[in-house]
Amino acid sequence: MVPLSWYIMLSAVMFSIGVFGFLARRNLIIIFMSIELMLNSVNISLVAFSHYLQSMRGQILVFFVIAVAAAEAAIGLAILIAYYKNNPTIKVDEITGLKG
Amino acid sequence: MFFAYFAGMLTVLSVLVVTRRNPVHSVLWMLVLFVHIAGLYLFLNAEFMAAIQIIVYAGAILVLFLFVIMLLDLKKDESVRKFQNQWFLGLVIGLIFMVVLVSTASKITVIPPLGEYSVDAIKSEGSMMTIGKILYTEYLLPFEIASLLLLVAIIGAVVLAKRRIE
Repeated sequence: MVPLSWYIMLSAVMFSIGVFGFLARRNLIIIFMSIELMLNSVNISLVAFSHYLQSMRGQILVFFVIAVAAAEAAIGLAILIAYYKNNPTIKVDEITGLKG
Repeated sequence: MFFAYFAGMLTVLSVLVVTRRNPVHSVLWMLVLFVHIAGLYLFLNAEFMAAIQIIVYAGAILVLFLFVIMLLDLKKDESVRKFQNQWFLGLVIGLIFMVVLVSTASKITVIPPLGEYSVDAIKSEGSMMTIGKILYTEYLLPFEIASLLLLVAIIGAVVLAKRRIE
């Protein structure tokens, strides 16, 4: 039987990789994918807690996280397309419209 | 043994997702990643979560990403640099996160007052039945709010992508 802390450690490692991708990449689409990666790592830890504590709450929370992630991806990509129509770039360091 | 395979694969695939130059390659690695996460959920006795992981994430969200990538025609955008100037700072912050979170997570243990949903209890009723019963009784209001959230997302996505911002 694998101990609970191993799952949480795996989830922590995946979350950190997602943080790195979010902070370091230039491509806005890959930044969105890093956010999805972080949400998924949290989902892993929630399902692991749910299994080991024999409670269903973790899985219910994962259900809502997936619903929010779907909404977030749809809205985020719609904003991306709306931006791209005006300025054809998706490199975050070239998006400087709010820079004084 | 199985866990070692899944942990190694998930870590390697996560690194592949955030480091590929071509976004299409990233999306395809992410597809493999999601299938492995679904396998891990099966391992944790959460069949319904594995199913919606495949259906919603791999089937809907990744297809949306692929659509957007192909809609934007990024051929000319594949420039020389794939990281921002402050990528080293991002790496340091990521490593700090990893050290802090892993050192905290390694001390987590299960403390005995456990819930009523043991493996046998879920197995006797079925995973989907158990989740459905809780979702439609105890968590009915959050469920309705989630449906409202998805409605807002649908309308918002259509409005945002349709209108040209002056």
